[in-house]
Amino acid sequence: MEKLIAQIKQGKVWPFPGGIHPPGQKTISNTQAITRLPLPDKLIVPLKQHIGANGQLIVEKGQLVLKGQALTKPVANWSVPIHAPTSGTITDICQMPSAHPSALPELCVIIEPDGQDSWCVLAPVTTPSLLSHDQLINIIHDRGIAGMGGAGFPTYIKADSRKAIEYLIVNAVECEPYITADDVLMREHAAGIIAGIEIMQQLLTPTLTIVGIEDNKPEAIAAMQAAAEHNDKIIIQTVPTIYPSGGEKQLIKLLTNKEVPSGGIPADIGVLVQNVGTLFAVNQAVFEGKPLIERVITVTGNTIHKPGNVWALLGTEIKHLLDCQGFSPVPQQRVVMGGPMMGFTLPTVRIGVVKTTNCILAPDHDELADPGPEKACIRCSACADACPASLLPQQLQWFAKSKEYDKLKEHNLFDCIECGACAYVCPSEIPLVQYYRVAKVEIKEQQAEQVKAERAKERFELRKQRLEREQEARQNRHKRKPATEKSADEKQKIADALARVKNKPAKDDDKSAVAAAIARAKAKKQHQDTELEPDNSEVALERAARKEQARKYKEQKAASNTAAVPDDKKSAVAAAIARAKAKKAAASENESDNTTDAATDDKKAAVAAAIARAKAKKAAQAEPAASVENDSSESEVATASPADDKKAAVAAAIARAKAKKAAQAASVENDNSESEVATASPADDKKAAVAAAIARAKAKKAAQAASVENDNSESEVATASPADDKKAAVAAAIARAKAKKAAKAEQAASVENDNSESEAAPTAINEAEGKPEQTAQDKKKAAVAAAIARAKAKKLQQEGSDQ
Amino acid sequence: MTLFYAMIALGSLALIFGLILGFAAVRFRVQSNPIVEQIDTILPQTQCGQCGYPGCRPYAEGIANGDEINKCPPGGDATVKKLADLMGVDAKPLAGGEQAEPIKTVAYIREDECIGCTKCIQACPVDAIVGATRQMHTVLIDECTGCDLCVEPCPVDCIDMLPVETTKQTWKWQLDAIPVTQID
Repeated sequence: MEKLIAQIKQGKVWPFPGGIHPPGQKTISNTQAITRLPLPDKLIVPLKQHIGANGQLIVEKGQLVLKGQALTKPVANWSVPIHAPTSGTITDICQMPSAHPSALPELCVIIEPDGQDSWCVLAPVTTPSLLSHDQLINIIHDRGIAGMGGAGFPTYIKADSRKAIEYLIVNAVECEPYITADDVLMREHAAGIIAGIEIMQQLLTPTLTIVGIEDNKPEAIAAMQAAAEHNDKIIIQTVPTIYPSGGEKQLIKLLTNKEVPSGGIPADIGVLVQNVGTLFAVNQAVFEGKPLIERVITVTGNTIHKPGNVWALLGTEIKHLLDCQGFSPVPQQRVVMGGPMMGFTLPTVRIGVVKTTNCILAPDHDELADPGPEKACIRCSACADACPASLLPQQLQWFAKSKEYDKLKEHNLFDCIECGACAYVCPSEIPLVQYYRVAKVEIKEQQAEQVKAERAKERFELRKQRLEREQEARQNRHKRKPATEKSADEKQKIADALARVKNKPAKDDDKSAVAAAIARAKAKKQHQDTELEPDNSEVALERAARKEQARKYKEQKAASNTAAVPDDKKSAVAAAIARAKAKKAAASENESDNTTDAATDDKKAAVAAAIARAKAKKAAQAEPAASVENDSSESEVATASPADDKKAAVAAAIARAKAKKAAQAASVENDNSESEVATASPADDKKAAVAAAIARAKAKKAAQAASVENDNSESEVATASPADDKKAAVAAAIARAKAKKAAKAEQAASVENDNSESEAAPTAINEAEGKPEQTAQDKKKAAVAAAIARAKAKKLQQEGSDQ
Repeated sequence: MTLFYAMIALGSLALIFGLILGFAAVRFRVQSNPIVEQIDTILPQTQCGQCGYPGCRPYAEGIANGDEINKCPPGGDATVKKLADLMGVDAKPLAGGEQAEPIKTVAYIREDECIGCTKCIQACPVDAIVGATRQMHTVLIDECTGCDLCVEPCPVDCIDMLPVETTKQTWKWQLDAIPVTQID
């Protein structure tokens, strides 16, 4: 490397393969100093003047802008702002033909100058060495600097290279014929260019900076050498005049003997190339704070009266440039943007100058003849000799013609710099470069399509997956629905239990009734709510309710136990109740014990026992369906009622009502509050009657509220008036009959429910046990009851069938 | 005795090779038919279903199972040619007299006519349409494959298939243009 630097310092250059020597034609335009054009009538500033994304527009139509004011702000990566080239009014923001061979319209800001040319506030920096790397990069970015050599690569990206830069190469070669913009710029502003180079040196810290200038620009070389004298890291290297030595890769080879790998960038080998014009713009941006709003443009050609270089504001129409320099067009005049080798013929001259425009060539037909008709390739291989990239142009041409894009890629089409040397030497006048350009676009399009196809495929697959997921979710929802219904049932049960609990403490008749009603209403509401929107708060409420219920149940149990003790007569009853309760709590599996206990007691005890049995059974049949529960308790009541007096009848009625209600509620747990009312009632006649009435009323209400089955309410009507013995017996009989029927119906209906069936079986046995006892005591009544029961059963059946 | 040795030698060789082959069959098993993957990469992935299959991959599987290779109108002749090369069959013209060089299109929803029915959203195979019920829908042009599947379900016919606009990046020189010359 030391050796290489020594060689470079000695002035050694390494020629690249190929190259041509077209006539320079530079003296036409490089004899005068750069002139400044008068302000044009309007400026057409395209939003995109570089490689990369558009900036975001920050001005609007009709707005007054000052010279140097930003028109866009950078948004995405590689976006560079544009600035107002002069002060004036934005008359329009619209699509205008672009500076491109296609002249496809693109968004432009159209400014009508006000003639003041008044600058916005600038922020010049006197000592850039004090600024940090990022600050300098930001200045270069915000001032909208992009490569002015031709490609328009954003300079801030190049200057912010992540890779270590060994050689900074300044491209001052300007190898293309006619163009002298860089030449005169160097002559006039060598110091400014060197200052720009020094800013780049600060940013990139290269070992060596080499300025490559062709030997046909002796004045520029002298000026640059004089300006760079103070900086021994800058070498002004003279290179032989050969086209295309100004190509980036060719210049690197020429100055450092390094080759940029295929598909790579110069930074890969530690080299960075900047154009002199760009470096002067960097200098202006930093030291004067001026954004990139003007550039030097060579206006030349035989049809121009005053060929030369001009400072043109970006956005100046080509027509204005030509008019100012004196333009007398020939028939079928061509106006070329760029040089004769790499430039393109403009479809219209009403196109604005952009950051990359270095030359406007208006030749007559003698100096730049129209291309003749394409002839057949004679395989002379002159193109291969001329190619500076060591490609095989004729090979590429055939592949391009036959659209063999894979072959083109194999033959490194993308290493072609489109310099036009091959077409220049071609004796058959084949527009080789055009073929390559089309092929390149085709290949890029194919690649883009491939990428798009991949994305489409990916999106399609993801969509398929999503649809499958949704399908699955839907199916799961259907499966889960019964489960949620079940839980709703449970919620209903819990709600009912809660209502009962609330009922319980209200020993006062009216209050309890009211409370019960409220509780029921609440329970209903809750049930509805849970059905409509089952959310967490509901669950929490339920949990709280369950806890409350459990607590109250405990309290109530203790209270009833203690309250029963002091009373004499009632004590026995209470004892029976207590026993029954105890049994019930233990899920009373042994019923015979219960009955023997009850037998030893007096009449009331017998009643209590009956009630207890009823309860016990109910408890035993906690699980099965309502009707099963219903019939068992009813049968128990039936056994008890004929043996007793009014109280017994009342008690029976209460028990029935209770049983019904329990059945309606379909509750798993025993009906505690009701049972309390029931057990309290036998102690006192009147109270019992009242209690019975309440119980009935409640039962009815409950039945109405639920209104699930007709037979329930009917049975209520039946049990509403058991005021005396006979009626009680009759009612009992009816109840029995109903119970039987219900049992049958249940058996018939509950084919799928194994549990309820198995539970129903013992009930039937119990019933059978109770019946002989009852018939032995009262035959007549039984007969009557049986008749009524039959009638009712029939009615029920009819109703059942109706339903 | 010589016969015996020969039999042992050949038998053992057969056993060794059998084991190697068996191992290779397990070790280097190919999960799916690799030709399907190759065909799938050639297909344009518009997922348009014009081939009669519900997507490009099913058609790739169809081709692998012996279906015709000329059922892909969005791919055009280029795709048919590539498929012919891959499958080792003769290239045929596109079935149904389709254009050899299909014009690339993207869907465009005339937004003031859109009633927000979401039918096109459901039809889009690549989720390139955004919108919600009773809200205006629009097409993500970058994701649209131009498959036409959204046009049919639209109840108000507010979807147009517009040719993709040429940009400076996709513009091509006209090489076969007839030169204009002035006759004196």
